[in-house]
Amino acid sequence: MTRNVTITFQNTEEARPIIEAIEADNQNATAVVMPAMVKIDCPGRLIINRVTVEEKIGRDWDLQELHLSLISLAGNVDEDDDRIIIAWGS
Amino acid sequence: MSENPKKLNLKQRYKLLTRGLDWETTYQPMDKVFPFDTFEGIKIHDWDGWEDPFRLTMDAYWKYQAEKERKLYAVIDSFAQNNGHMGITDARYVNAIKILLTGVTSLEYAAHRGFSHVGRHLRGVGPRVACQMQAIDELRHAQTQIHTLSHYNRYFDGFHDWRHMYDRVWYLSVPKSFFDDAMTAGPFEFVTAISFSFEYVLTNLLFVPFMSGAAYNGDMATVTFGFSAQSDEARHMTLGLEVIKFMLEQDEANVPIVQRWIDKWFWRGYRLLSLVAMMMDYMLPKRVMSWAEAWEMYYEDAGAALFEDLERYGLRPPKYADIATKEKNRLSHEVWSIFYNYTHAAAFHTWSPEDNELDWLSEKYPDTFDKMYRPRFDYWREQAAAGNRFYNQALPQLCTTCQIPMGFTEPDDPTKICFRESVFKHERYHFCSDGCKDIFDWEPEKYVQSWLPVHEIFKGNCGGTDLKDVLKWYHLNDGVDNMDYEGSPDQRLWAEWTANRSKAAE
Repeated sequence: MTRNVTITFQNTEEARPIIEAIEADNQNATAVVMPAMVKIDCPGRLIINRVTVEEKIGRDWDLQELHLSLISLAGNVDEDDDRIIIAWGS
Repeated sequence: MSENPKKLNLKQRYKLLTRGLDWETTYQPMDKVFPFDTFEGIKIHDWDGWEDPFRLTMDAYWKYQAEKERKLYAVIDSFAQNNGHMGITDARYVNAIKILLTGVTSLEYAAHRGFSHVGRHLRGVGPRVACQMQAIDELRHAQTQIHTLSHYNRYFDGFHDWRHMYDRVWYLSVPKSFFDDAMTAGPFEFVTAISFSFEYVLTNLLFVPFMSGAAYNGDMATVTFGFSAQSDEARHMTLGLEVIKFMLEQDEANVPIVQRWIDKWFWRGYRLLSLVAMMMDYMLPKRVMSWAEAWEMYYEDAGAALFEDLERYGLRPPKYADIATKEKNRLSHEVWSIFYNYTHAAAFHTWSPEDNELDWLSEKYPDTFDKMYRPRFDYWREQAAAGNRFYNQALPQLCTTCQIPMGFTEPDDPTKICFRESVFKHERYHFCSDGCKDIFDWEPEKYVQSWLPVHEIFKGNCGGTDLKDVLKWYHLNDGVDNMDYEGSPDQRLWAEWTANRSKAAE
């Protein structure tokens, strides 16, 4: 069975476009809203694309701005200038 | 990505930050400069094999941390200006954050010290940089918690001398001894204990559902520092996972050493989090999820995925994780019962849960609550109503390893208290579980030195033999900070506020 990777954000104005971008780029992602936070689960692998977030907010966006609204994650992280991938397996 | 040849990309920037900063020493042998990173038996052949997944450079680190601080202090300010403490659901909630300030804040500071130490003593520059950044984060967490919670200290009892209490009060020896144990280990064990077992595997249970609960109960200040800290934790978690993979990839001989540390620190951390189980199930007037549900989400699901992923390195899930799962439907009830018994010696209040709260617990724990715990709470409530609020006058026996009173039950019989013991150099030592006994048996020379609060009271080291003397030595205001919530100054103050509020609404 494919285990979920997860990422959790604060439920804020700043995090919303990131959450929307994840939902747009990861068809199997499901977002659960809890008080003050949103937990996103996705089987096996999840990608956050800089370009998709930029389209949503209409300005340049540095992937590391993610740190401002990130709460938690589970999975192996691989980050470069354009995307972050969270995945199980090598 | 712009193809500007002059602009370095993330990987190049990170490489410049963490490579080539160190040098081979010549006046002194490297082993004398880094005396602690070999005795644990961990073999490292190539320190450059270290890769931090979040390649945060110093300029970005300062920029984002400053931004987090600005946001947090704006919230703290507006919480104070708008009398945010009056908007919480109920003053009983404040007792959970009394535990947070006295128990957790000092751990953050201890983590700052621990990572500063390790950040000096690992000879590879990549992990050194990561540990130094984390040391700064942990100091920030301690400071922001103190600043946030100082607001509550203006109105509520039990917040006044948390630092002093951390070194003395019986239940605070549980978190203190946990961290002292980690800090007195070698640097690799420390990072395995704190970054991996605690931060990666377990702290989600503290900082995620509990903080969400704080938000649900109107405490915007706490949820903000909680999530501000947790945004750093997400980075620390990746460090925790990286340090494990790094050790396992470097040498096969590292595997059994790391496995033993994971077994030990999983159990140590799990026992420590039993306090959080109680906070979630009993101390949030409005609840988000039960301890059992949180355990399922954050350990059973997330942990299973993690340990499946680590199988390829030869690791298995922590020993006794199955026992922790067996205990999920009883843990919070057992711990709340211990504190209900000993509230006269605690710097926070306990109470009889209200009917709707008992109903919630029945619903969340259908197999255990009505059968084993509800009748007990009903009885205690009856007794309290008749003027016989029960306070246990005997000092409890403590587990030598986790230092929690011996109130946990047999894994396969939740009606029978679990006792384990070991004899070392003609002395007998007591444990709450096989997990705690194993930890002692591996390093008895370390744990025979434990500062056990009950033993120290009997030895005359805690201000006297009378409870009143001991409370004075704790700097605990007797009759104010302790005892049942019913009839406490906190309760009277809250009743006055809510009466004024309903008067104003008329």
